[in-house]
Amino acid sequence: MQALQIVISGVAQGCIYGLIALGLVMIYKTTETVSFAHGELMMLGAFAGFALMVLLGWPFWLAVVATVVVLALFGIALERVAIRPILGQPAFSLVMLTIGIGYVARGLVTMVPAIGTETHTLPVPYKDQTWSAGGLVLNVEQMVVIAATAVLSALLYAMFRYSKVGIAMQASSQNQLAAYYMGIPVQRLNGLVWGLAAAVAAIAGVLLAPITFVYANMGFIGLKAMPAAVVGGFGSLPGAIVGGIVIGVVEALSGFYLPEGFKDIAPYVVVLLMLVVRPNGLFGERLRKKV
Amino acid sequence: MRFLFKTSYLQDIRLVKHGGQAFWYGALVLALLAAPWLASEYWLAQLTFVLIYGVVGLGLMLLSGFTGLFSLGHAAFLGVGAYTEAVLAGAGWPFPASFAAAALVAAATGVVVGLPALRVRGIYLAIATLAFGFIVVEVFARWESVTGGNAGKQVQALRAFGWRADADVPFYFVCLAVAMLATLAILNLLRSPTGRAFVAIRDSEVSAQSLGIHLARTKTLSFAISAALAGLGGALYAHKLKFLSPDQFDILQSIDLLLMIVVGGIGSVHGAFLGAIFLITMPQAIAIAKDVLPPAIGQAPGLQGTVYGLVLIGFVLFEPLGLYGRWLKLRTYLQIFPFYRRGMFRRQKSFLKSDRLR
Repeated sequence: MQALQIVISGVAQGCIYGLIALGLVMIYKTTETVSFAHGELMMLGAFAGFALMVLLGWPFWLAVVATVVVLALFGIALERVAIRPILGQPAFSLVMLTIGIGYVARGLVTMVPAIGTETHTLPVPYKDQTWSAGGLVLNVEQMVVIAATAVLSALLYAMFRYSKVGIAMQASSQNQLAAYYMGIPVQRLNGLVWGLAAAVAAIAGVLLAPITFVYANMGFIGLKAMPAAVVGGFGSLPGAIVGGIVIGVVEALSGFYLPEGFKDIAPYVVVLLMLVVRPNGLFGERLRKKV
Repeated sequence: MRFLFKTSYLQDIRLVKHGGQAFWYGALVLALLAAPWLASEYWLAQLTFVLIYGVVGLGLMLLSGFTGLFSLGHAAFLGVGAYTEAVLAGAGWPFPASFAAAALVAAATGVVVGLPALRVRGIYLAIATLAFGFIVVEVFARWESVTGGNAGKQVQALRAFGWRADADVPFYFVCLAVAMLATLAILNLLRSPTGRAFVAIRDSEVSAQSLGIHLARTKTLSFAISAALAGLGGALYAHKLKFLSPDQFDILQSIDLLLMIVVGGIGSVHGAFLGAIFLITMPQAIAIAKDVLPPAIGQAPGLQGTVYGLVLIGFVLFEPLGLYGRWLKLRTYLQIFPFYRRGMFRRQKSFLKSDRLR
């Protein structure tokens, strides 16, 4: 029973990793950028939620929707201002650029007087509630994370499968040039994908906030989403969620069964093993360069 | 404008290309040798840090700038070197032996990391090195019998054969010697077939392979040399700080090292040292700016991170060639005045090719 309990909390944590990894993979597939600022986008989302709920006193649902919209607009703006000018330059430049964006986001939030340096709690309606079901004590916050991730995954799946925008995004991620020739506005789609990824990160931030706290350095969790994305296979959307859950469960189990210290490095050990055994991840496709 | 008329290959690979270079680099060496009598104690300490970070930067430059493999865990090699040196100096080894050991241990670690790196490329490599960096820092924190854990470890003064470098000036000369030897070694390496192979791999792996370059061996070698230089820098770093703790070698340090070579100018040996100067003087510049700025901004805790981020964004967006590239442009502008055109330095080759394979 205890093991099951640990696995469930691991899955909940893993869903957060998975949501962030989802944004990473979307961005990677369209603009071939690995965003090291994605954890910071999640942090900004959590802070936006906190500002709207606590400082402005908005009701929960309105604040969540507003947070997602604000972050989506921020993502679109970020793509337009910072990413688009250097697309096509080496991956290294893009990585350094996103690291810089992450630094600036973290620094600016820290600079906000009286808010940036503190840790805050997000007053969600389901705070500190538990369900007990057959000997299991389920934390409602974790259940909400899992349920929200499932709903969000279904929505995204439907969008990529059935909507015109989603299919256009798939096309442009497979071959930008061909997509452009088919009349798909690739640049505008890239902006939309950044917006979508930022919105997903904002949702992850709002979901994570009740479990941990809201603070300026919470974006470092983004570094654990990288292993999640690699385990799932960089470039596979379902893989990102699965990879996140794998990382979350491994982390939770190693925190319980292994000596202290293993919990923090478990995701990285998993990703190194994965890169040695299956460099393309669980769901990644194998590509070879033709000369 | 100077035109070099090359008549032989030997002339092409000469380290000192012409008299002007001999003069200016000679002057630089003299100035560095005279620095203890010219600079104040404070600036001498800063200069020592510049030399130490320069050595580490050379290693990372070789890996990222010349071989095109990028590492987000380079601080781990720095840490391996630093702890090796701390332990061996504590055991009473003379410093030439313990420096060599620090470099070798770091190089061995580099080979271990390099092995999985042979199978992965581009962004996967960045994540593999990132993961490795986290694991190494955790090892430093947990292996308390050797590293002292999170409580930290004291480092004894540098010594060999009855000579001790516990004052600043002798230690400065040790750093200067190491930095100069490392620079010469890298310059020599880059004009040798091995160095050319590194650059070939950076520009195109496929064509390098078809020219008969053994990819696995060359990449591992690059990792090993790069890690050895980082380890050597780490050994000096340990003696400079006299106190080591695992959080000095975390991901933020790795990012600082990358920031250093990007700001300095990726793909140039000068860039490593220019970047080191930038990295060391930046906190001072921020401290000075703090007094000028209004207190709401100047005293805010996140100022340094914000400035670092803005500088990084600025360089990537507006000056991808870094400080050294800016200097080259300025020099060319003056040399051929008034014939300088925009776009004379437009990038022709990219350092890391797309890893999307379609």
